[in-house]
Amino acid sequence: MSAPNKSYDPVEVAALSAEEVQRMVDAALTAIAGAADLQELKAARLAHAGDRAPIAEANAEIGALPPAARADAGRRVGAAKSAIRGALTHRQQELEADRDHRALAEETVDVTLPWDRVPPGARHPVTTVGERLADIFVGMGYEIAEGPEAEAEWYNFDALNFPPDHPAREMQDTFFVAGPHGEPRSGVVLRTHTSPVQIRSMLTRPLPLYVVSPGKCYRTDTLDATHSPVFHQIEGLAVDEGLTMADLRGAIGAFVEAMFGEGLRTRLRPDFFPFTEPSADVSMECHVCRGASTRPGGDPCRVCRSQGWIEIAGAGMVNPRVLVACGIDPDRYSGFAFGLGIERSLMIRHGVTDIRDTVEGDVRFSRAFGMEA
Amino acid sequence: MICSAAELAIGDEHDGILVLPADAPLGADFASYAGLRDHVLDIAVTPDKGYALSVRGVARELAIAFGADFTDPADLGLPGDLAAVSADVYPASIEDTSGCDRFVLREVRGIDESRPTPLWMRVRLARAGMRGISLAVDVTNYLMLELGQPMHAFDRATLTGPIVVRRARPGERLETLDHVVRELDPDDILITDSSGPISLAGTMGGLATEITAGSRDLVIEAAHFSPEGTARMSRRHKLSSDASARFERGVDRELPLRASARAASLLASLGGGTAVPGCTHASADVPPAEVVMAVDYPDQVAGLVYGLATVARRLRQVGCELTADGEAAGAGTSAAASAVPSKHVRHDHGRHDRAGQWLTVLPPSWRPDLTDPSDLAEEVIRLEGYENIPVRMPRAPAGHGLTPRQRMRRTVGRALAGAGYVEVISNPFCSPADSDRLQLPPDDPRRSVPRLVNPIKDDEPLMRGTLLPGLLRTLGRNIGRGFADVALFELGLVFLTRPDGQRVAPILRVDRGPTAQDVAPLDAALPDQPLHLAVTLAGDREVPGWWGAGRPAGWEDAVEAARQVLRISRVPFSVRADQQAPWHPGRCAALYVTAGEGKKWLAGHAGELHPRALAEFGLPPRTCAMELDMSVIETAAAALGTIQAPPISAYPVATQDVALVVPAVVPAAEVEAALVAGAGETGAAGGGVFLEAIRLFDVYTGEQAGEGRKSLAYKLRFRAPDRTLTAEEASAARDAAVAEAQRRTGAVLRGTS
Repeated sequence: MSAPNKSYDPVEVAALSAEEVQRMVDAALTAIAGAADLQELKAARLAHAGDRAPIAEANAEIGALPPAARADAGRRVGAAKSAIRGALTHRQQELEADRDHRALAEETVDVTLPWDRVPPGARHPVTTVGERLADIFVGMGYEIAEGPEAEAEWYNFDALNFPPDHPAREMQDTFFVAGPHGEPRSGVVLRTHTSPVQIRSMLTRPLPLYVVSPGKCYRTDTLDATHSPVFHQIEGLAVDEGLTMADLRGAIGAFVEAMFGEGLRTRLRPDFFPFTEPSADVSMECHVCRGASTRPGGDPCRVCRSQGWIEIAGAGMVNPRVLVACGIDPDRYSGFAFGLGIERSLMIRHGVTDIRDTVEGDVRFSRAFGMEA
Repeated sequence: MICSAAELAIGDEHDGILVLPADAPLGADFASYAGLRDHVLDIAVTPDKGYALSVRGVARELAIAFGADFTDPADLGLPGDLAAVSADVYPASIEDTSGCDRFVLREVRGIDESRPTPLWMRVRLARAGMRGISLAVDVTNYLMLELGQPMHAFDRATLTGPIVVRRARPGERLETLDHVVRELDPDDILITDSSGPISLAGTMGGLATEITAGSRDLVIEAAHFSPEGTARMSRRHKLSSDASARFERGVDRELPLRASARAASLLASLGGGTAVPGCTHASADVPPAEVVMAVDYPDQVAGLVYGLATVARRLRQVGCELTADGEAAGAGTSAAASAVPSKHVRHDHGRHDRAGQWLTVLPPSWRPDLTDPSDLAEEVIRLEGYENIPVRMPRAPAGHGLTPRQRMRRTVGRALAGAGYVEVISNPFCSPADSDRLQLPPDDPRRSVPRLVNPIKDDEPLMRGTLLPGLLRTLGRNIGRGFADVALFELGLVFLTRPDGQRVAPILRVDRGPTAQDVAPLDAALPDQPLHLAVTLAGDREVPGWWGAGRPAGWEDAVEAARQVLRISRVPFSVRADQQAPWHPGRCAALYVTAGEGKKWLAGHAGELHPRALAEFGLPPRTCAMELDMSVIETAAAALGTIQAPPISAYPVATQDVALVVPAVVPAAEVEAALVAGAGETGAAGGGVFLEAIRLFDVYTGEQAGEGRKSLAYKLRFRAPDRTLTAEEASAARDAAVAEAQRRTGAVLRGTS
């Protein structure tokens, strides 16, 4: 390295001329921009910003200048060094980003590959639809009540105002459980409906009472597309002071809208159940065509068979005789009850056309419904 | 065109062509002539409305619905002396009035029974779905359809001695019209003459007294039989007829005199004979059954105000006679009205002190179903239209939401589905052979299950005592349909006869609420019905794919499924080796839950199934299953308190690995329990060194472990709540853990033996 000059030597300090400094900067910037990778950039840094770089040597010559020229040359060289450093930093960042990008690009995978190592599970739609139906009522303040499936005849029939020899009792094709010595009548049956849970609720829960009871029921029907000896119902029961059929209509209307669609109308028509009086058959406006299929020129509807209405439930005011059998004063309390088939809801809401699909256990059926229906 | 009766769907005959009467107009339109241009209404009649099983009843309903005048066909074509009794008519009496409270006979003499039934009547019968039989039968059937009164005609020449209506005597038999000889039950209601039974009352006539083509003199029976009696008889003899269907549902007690008079006059005119004037009439006194109802009771049921005028109008339309507040409420008041003998008032719900006004209602004879105020309210409300009832949202008090048990079941279902199990609902009916297929020992409690009297399939008369047979069959069905890698689960009740034996459930009275003592024997008669959960797996638990090989489902998956359920329940549990059918004796785990005070309850079993059981169910080798008693788990869980949050220490963890060599027969669970117990002692006594977690990370059974021995490698994680543990503290805790494992299981630290 040269020692600072004590004397002014115009030849030796030509390196500090504005043109020369600019030439150095241009050369440096060209080399930096031309560096194709970090290795070349390192060489460029050494050549143009290192201790032996022209600009460094020029810087060393500043002392040789007459004092009046030093400040000017110092500024010139400083600006040049700064420009070169800036270019280096910038290019360094560019090349590092390129390098990182290439490395990650090499790790690219096909993210669409499947990862179905464990075949998917699912819950049964009878379970999930049952829960959904129950939850609508739980949201209204009802509680879920349960009872046994092998049930005493008194709970299944007598307490529900099915007289012993009344034809209504014969309408429900009943499985009888044999007695201890094989007797054909042991007073125990497989419950034909979830209604015995109404009796159990009225006998054990405080009034007022608002419960729903989903569950399995049994009737001696041979399995075919629309019948199954094992099926599921959900029933609602409310016993309170001052309940009327207006409340029944309100409860059913709210439930139908929550389950099948906002704005769907419901319709009650006279029917007969021993445990309700008055009794009603509940239909709802078809949730698919909303009655359009019944109007002139309307397209036929497969779901309601172009009737505009779909029967979904039985309902009525709790027969005062049932209240009496449960020790409830019918002059103070009244109640309403309704019941519907869960499989029937599945058929209406989800287009299940063959009830056998719900009992055969084919994994494709449950899987189609997933975790929630 | 020439047609047979069968071709025109107005009869069965197809042997020859239909011959029209001589007075049939030539060239007229046959369809109009025969009354075929008509509509047939198919009405589903509910079992409470027997009166609607007739043109008379349906016409009354239609008249009310359309506001039209109603002419009662039961009032038409009657002789002036309807009730006149004549000694010329065949004699009859009622011996048992509980089975029959009215019995009427009329006679028609000198008819030609071979005369054809007129075409119009045959057409109407055919359109109502009844076969033409003979003139007498067709006429009685026709009147039954029109009025609702079943009738029977006897050939007078075959009767001997007076007719008596009575119950059957031991050993009596009757050959009915369907050529079946029936052994009679002492509860059967019979029409008899001095020869013995000649007809099953209201159900089917006897063969010996049947009308034939040669019958000249007919005795026509019209009666009112007990609904319950005919129902029982019809069921007992598995004999359901148009007559029994009507009597079961209730026939108008005022019809027999009228219908029999119509029958006699029709038969006389159509058969060319003479109706004998007068009748034989046996009858028991039946007091009128009045119902007292608050005038506003229908309002209270429906939730709107109808008012007395509407209520009275509707009840009168139905045929009721009314008295309001002891005063005549209008026309139709009968003599029976004002002072109601209380013993005749069957029910008086709807008496509300605030009501103030009362209606005493005498329902019409054709509505025996109207016994309660609620029945009357229904009539008013349905005729006023359900559509006119307002809509109000009832406000239930705030509920408690789902119970812990209900929530747990949902969580279990979601967790298993999330783990790849598909929920199914399998057939709950079983065969005794299923227990054999499962290799259950003879005294296994799962064999002790309720039996059905009337199963759907004769070879499946039992309720399931375990979910496995149904679940395994469902598994087999899926495999058969091309799903080899299947995991299924089912949640459902099983049915087990109580250890103290099955009992008969009494039938309680219904006129008051039962006490706890009353209902106890009902519940005691029911089988135990615990909720079970079962899973089964076959094929690969993880299938092979681009990631590499698959992993077959194994016993460990079944046990893990059980562990998963038990973890959800939060109940402390332990796993032990066990031998229990239908599991593989070397690959069967028993799961025990810890109930309060350290009691251990068996919650179920899991593992690989026994090869013989799998062969019996036609399932692939290595198929696995588990079955848990959720009722046991739920009961144990109910004793648990609320979860308390653990302190989370931010101090560093100290990890120690140990490899212990134990005899191969020592269960890993015991070694782990010993390590936990040993480390725990230092936690309590050793100045707060806590075993945060323990994990078995390797099992080695190679040469270096030694013959008949295995090496278990555990990672122990220690952490103190209040400071950084020193290496010495962690080592001391580890040593204490190992020492306890040594003491309990003979474990030796690997590399130190």
